[in-house]
Amino acid sequence: MHVHKLEKVWLAIGFITLVAFLTTVGIQAFASGHGAPSDLTKVDPQNLEETEPFDDPGLHEIGENEYELVMILQSYGFTPNEITIPEGATLHFKITSKDVVHGFEIAGTTVNMMATPGYVNSTTYTFDETGEYLILCNEYCGTGHHFMSAQLEVK
Amino acid sequence: MGHQNDVKLSLYHIYAAFVALFIGGSLGLLQTLVRSESITLPFKLNYYQVLTAHGVLLALVFTTLFIFGFMYAGISRTTGEFTSHRRKAAWIGYLLMIVGTVLGVVMILMNKATVLYTFYAPLQASPLFYIALALLIVGTYFASYAIISQYNGWRKANPGQKTPLFAFMAVATIVLWLIATLGVVAAVLFQFIPWSLGWSEEINVTLSRTLFWYFGHPLVYFWLLPAYMAWYVVVPKVIGGKIFSDSLARLAFLLFILFSIPVGFHHQLTEPGISEAWKFLQVILTFAVILPSLMTAFSMFASFELAGREKGYKGVFGWFKGLPWSDVRFLSAFIGMAFFIPAGAGGIINASHQMNQVIHNTIWVTGHFHITIGATVILTFFGIAYWLVPHLKGRVLTKRMNSLANFQIVLWTIGMFIMSAAMHFSGLSGNPRRTQNTDYNGHEVASQWGSYETAMAVGGTLLLFSIFMFIILIIRLAKTEPLGQEEFPIGTALDESTNPPKLLENWKLWIGIAIALILVAYTIPVFDIIQNPAPGSPGYKFW
Repeated sequence: MHVHKLEKVWLAIGFITLVAFLTTVGIQAFASGHGAPSDLTKVDPQNLEETEPFDDPGLHEIGENEYELVMILQSYGFTPNEITIPEGATLHFKITSKDVVHGFEIAGTTVNMMATPGYVNSTTYTFDETGEYLILCNEYCGTGHHFMSAQLEVK
Repeated sequence: MGHQNDVKLSLYHIYAAFVALFIGGSLGLLQTLVRSESITLPFKLNYYQVLTAHGVLLALVFTTLFIFGFMYAGISRTTGEFTSHRRKAAWIGYLLMIVGTVLGVVMILMNKATVLYTFYAPLQASPLFYIALALLIVGTYFASYAIISQYNGWRKANPGQKTPLFAFMAVATIVLWLIATLGVVAAVLFQFIPWSLGWSEEINVTLSRTLFWYFGHPLVYFWLLPAYMAWYVVVPKVIGGKIFSDSLARLAFLLFILFSIPVGFHHQLTEPGISEAWKFLQVILTFAVILPSLMTAFSMFASFELAGREKGYKGVFGWFKGLPWSDVRFLSAFIGMAFFIPAGAGGIINASHQMNQVIHNTIWVTGHFHITIGATVILTFFGIAYWLVPHLKGRVLTKRMNSLANFQIVLWTIGMFIMSAAMHFSGLSGNPRRTQNTDYNGHEVASQWGSYETAMAVGGTLLLFSIFMFIILIIRLAKTEPLGQEEFPIGTALDESTNPPKLLENWKLWIGIAIALILVAYTIPVFDIIQNPAPGSPGYKFW
């Protein structure tokens, strides 16, 4: 099978770029800890009230300006739905769904993950800028989906 | 004109596809108008119900019907008339697809299946909705049988000869479809139907999502490959050139089979229950698809350059002027290719392990597939329809109709450009997809999205006008244009005289490699999802 010389060059450039790109993505994911949220912890969605940490949803201080935020997602709301934290705070999110699949997104940040029933999902983010952040559900969860939001204030 | 009995088969598929396009497209405009708060829906319809119908009719029904209509015509043109036995199978397939579609749409209109076209569990539709989807897919199996059997028949009758490129590509597309649909068929038959009938109380949500995306990603290649068939086989003839390389075209299609299936996790990157390492492995396999894509891009431009130079155009880029820009059969495909440049780049962003977190489930993603399926693929399909319908009806595409068709294509291009740009940009700042409106009690962050949503409605309006115009032109091409012979353009290759390596037509080998890759990518994670499942979910009807 004849392959034109220029096509070989073209594919070689493509291949090298691809390897460089994937190496970057891999290093960022595994060495720099910027991987996608992939929590493997299981939880019974029918029994959240009696399961740690969802028996006590809310903001918990765990270090200096460092908090764990435990949240339950349910059509069509977040529990809790108003949170205030100081500037520069690092938040460790732990979320789960009580019913259907939901999305957990803080608009304008890289906090964006799915909440599927039966699993905990988690991520970490440091809020260096003050302001009113909007937390919203970005997966269709029923006809009231567009009402599902919460407020995060960074003072 | 083609063989009379096969003509009818193709036309019925194509006409039904255009009915789906018309209804689905109209619903699309309604969505942009609701989202931009320009109207409220009449007849107690809700936004998500309309969105479900839009997705089902366009992504599943329009594409599938048009693709089989096009493939039947091309198979009949390149391998000869279908035997009556195979044609019968094709008609049974057609009936099953139509019954499935009608049943599915009725369920959606009755508000018994407002689950969107991806039907994510544990939202639970009526069992009839899942049965409707199953009928649609079983219909495609009959259609696939007809085409594969016709191809095998040709090979038997012409031993040692190279198969027609069109037929080879059609079979590759079908092989991809058959392997891909195994996932969704398993989910629908063994999970959704028993669960919605109440035979099983709970569903394994992560398994259902994994099986869906095992199918959902190659689904986009099932849409794309028929467009590539037109680019590789039809366009070179239209521009008065040659297919750059028959063998490399075949190799590209085989690579698409290998690299489009074992990659579904890149749709589940931000989801719990699947470990990061398995996601990353599938991301690597996802990106391998860039190689056949680059091969295709090279082939197209090489073919363009050769055609331009043949006509005497000189200089490094002088041949560009030698292309038939006012011929809708070329222009539509070329604009489709141009859209694929940002679309491909967007795809790389979506499938990247961490960039995905910026755009996941935002309306950026909606913008992405509106410039892939909604521009690259559909523009190519428009271009095909403009010669295929008169070809099948024994009429001609006149100069005047060609100009009107060009206008329709440009209108679509402008509409899609406006709508998809607004979707991409507002998605970057977090504007969610699949959401009726984004007021969020007047939240400041959300308020910036309003003007983008108006732009989407403007783009959507142009798109619907373009569909109206397309339908009118197709009716005229089928009914009132002058009688004559419109060509079904089939190009010849530069390397026509040389036979492609035998390896390329060794299907057992390629299917074997595909299965091996799928097993590597999925066995361990799927085994884990089944063996150590999270607590199951009952069904919910939140509509």
